[in-house]
Amino acid sequence: MNALKIKKGSNSHSAYNLRSTFSDVIEQHTLAVVVDNEAGVLARVIGLFSGRGYNIESLTVAEVDHTGKRSRITIVTRGTPQVIEQIKAQLGRIIPVHQVNDLTVEGPSVERELALIKVEGAGDHRVEALRLADIFRAKVVDSTLTSFVFELTGTPDKIDAFAELMRPLGLVELARTGVAALSRGDS
Amino acid sequence: MARQMTGAKMVVQALKDQGVDTVFGYPGGAVLPIYDEIFQQNDIKHVLVRHEQGAIHAAEGYARSTGKPGVALVTSGPGATNAVTGLTDALLDSIPIIVLSGQVPTFMIGTDGFQEADTVGITRPCTKHNWLVQDTDDLSRLMHAAFHVATTGRPGPVLVDIPKDVQFATGTYHPKPKSSDFRYQPPLKADTEELTELVAALEVAKRPVFYTGGGVINSGPAASQLLRELVEATGAPITSTLMGLGAYPASGEKWLGMLGMHGLYEANMAMHDCDLMINIGARFDDRITGRTDAFSPNSRKAHIDIDPSSINKVIHVDFPIVGDVAHVLEDMLRIWKARGRKMNREALAKWWQKIDGWREVKCLTYKNSDKIIKPQYALERLEALTKDHDRYITTEVGQHQMWAAQFLGFEDPNRWMTSGGLGTMGYGFPASIGVQMAHPDALVINVAGEASWLMNMQEMGTAVQYRLPVKQFILNNERLGMVRQWQQLLHGERYSSSWSEALPDFVKLAEAFGAKGIQCSDPADLDDAIMEMLNYDGPVIFDCLVEKHENCFPMIPSGKAHNEMLLGDASTEGAIEAGGAVLV
Repeated sequence: MNALKIKKGSNSHSAYNLRSTFSDVIEQHTLAVVVDNEAGVLARVIGLFSGRGYNIESLTVAEVDHTGKRSRITIVTRGTPQVIEQIKAQLGRIIPVHQVNDLTVEGPSVERELALIKVEGAGDHRVEALRLADIFRAKVVDSTLTSFVFELTGTPDKIDAFAELMRPLGLVELARTGVAALSRGDS
Repeated sequence: MARQMTGAKMVVQALKDQGVDTVFGYPGGAVLPIYDEIFQQNDIKHVLVRHEQGAIHAAEGYARSTGKPGVALVTSGPGATNAVTGLTDALLDSIPIIVLSGQVPTFMIGTDGFQEADTVGITRPCTKHNWLVQDTDDLSRLMHAAFHVATTGRPGPVLVDIPKDVQFATGTYHPKPKSSDFRYQPPLKADTEELTELVAALEVAKRPVFYTGGGVINSGPAASQLLRELVEATGAPITSTLMGLGAYPASGEKWLGMLGMHGLYEANMAMHDCDLMINIGARFDDRITGRTDAFSPNSRKAHIDIDPSSINKVIHVDFPIVGDVAHVLEDMLRIWKARGRKMNREALAKWWQKIDGWREVKCLTYKNSDKIIKPQYALERLEALTKDHDRYITTEVGQHQMWAAQFLGFEDPNRWMTSGGLGTMGYGFPASIGVQMAHPDALVINVAGEASWLMNMQEMGTAVQYRLPVKQFILNNERLGMVRQWQQLLHGERYSSSWSEALPDFVKLAEAFGAKGIQCSDPADLDDAIMEMLNYDGPVIFDCLVEKHENCFPMIPSGKAHNEMLLGDASTEGAIEAGGAVLV
């Protein structure tokens, strides 16, 4: 009997060799998923991502049609084009999923995120935080003598930029909603 | 005409309305009201298994052999967790089954009650869909939806978790709706333009091959019929996955045999060298493709599948076609005929010459013995003595399963039940029980290895109780044969935990259960022993003592391409020369 010519100590004992021949460029996509608002539907979507090893950069979910019991899940994910196609197809298989739209490829879209940012400080830092908030059109929604809570809406990039600026000025807490997105234009 | 009834009654009523005649199950506290209703009627037979895993596999065997959904009923907690392996098995092999599980009452959910488990949470990733029924008024609607989802599109397992108070409470029963009333309606018909492009590619192909899978069988008998018509009319060769055996007859002249890791040399070589591969209802599983970056490098590939997520998942294809196999094949044939039934006959003849050369390798040749039974010989004899019967075969998982696929011939679909995707040892015996329940007068044989068989041997009680004459044909090598083979080939012959030291006396075991046991160790006695098994009207354990160290060939070794098959010591010397560089 011929043993297979595998080097001693080699770990390549698996029958699985699924090296992809597809493109390995990583892309970021925003997916809008309309689902029946039934028990466990979010767990199905999240379980799909964890079970198959896909990334979730951001995820938001809320009921958008109370009478029709529909929720809209907005997912920002990253992967190769082949993985993105798989994610869409796998989402489409989930029984309570009505529709999967890839807003990144289906024409122009708007994406917004809301953040609440708590900044603590005194003196010049406090003045500078207020000045920058004005530039970013952040609203002050709570204030004490030593702190502000800003509300800021914008693209994730804008929120990242504002948070970075606030960090040296006393940023202590940040809450973000994740991305909500819609396609531009009619329909 | 809505009627008022208890939840438990609704369950039985919905099963009747769905045409269910058999339920496999095991009672327990959380399903007692349903069992009480089953007791008070005669339309639905209940088969008491000995372990819930057995109920699920039996339902799978029933489904696979009839084309109808299988139904299992289990209690909460351990009943449901014991069902998990079977559910996963059915998910990976796309078998339509409905599993009903009991649950603690709704007001106790979340309190860690006795026999409480988060069944919908545990089974969410191993079902096509599942529901926890919170209200008796929803129960009948969800029961009917479960049947619709399990059998529509790509089939699969569906679980309905029913709390005990929902079973006791009274609510409104909704009769079975029309299939078209449900929102879930995967498209069956493919795009005509895309199909026309594929037909045009087929017309000019020099080296086409059909590569078919379980999807053809799931699509129903019409799909197999259309497949046969397409293959005969075009004259192109056809191979199939493990799951697809029987869709095209093994005696058909275009048949290359099974492909894949232990597939036939001619099938794998044809896949590697083809210029047009038409995948019909298969999914480019890793046991089929081997090394994906060397998989059929010079072909254009078409993939016909009802599940869009199967397409481009593993192998990039040039003709992606989403649709039901029967619908697609019907349209494809129609288009091909309308365009003048063209094929590149000259090139096809050369392609067949090449294939005939590969066939001459006779890759299934093995060295027989007159002293000890070779497993291949045992299966050859089993085939010869049973092929004219109304026969259904189930298998366990391992070497015997591959040999069964190689040496038994399947002329029709739904005759071959095996755990392909999940590779569940312990599948075959309970599956044979499910098949026999569906086909009481047929010959049902489970080709098994002794190790797999022991995993669900408790089902002997079921077979004897229901007088099911299932034949357990155990190729006993006292080894975990496939594990041992891999250890020999890949792990320096270090046989770590791959043998059984304390096997039962299978003849006495059979007798202890009230069945018949037969042992055979001499090749000269084999035919008589098999005939004795066939002539006995009742369950039989056939302990066939075979060569302990036989390896299963051909084999595509780890990380190798289709044209790098290992024929091992199976081939004659001349054949090895003809095989050329294929040997390691």
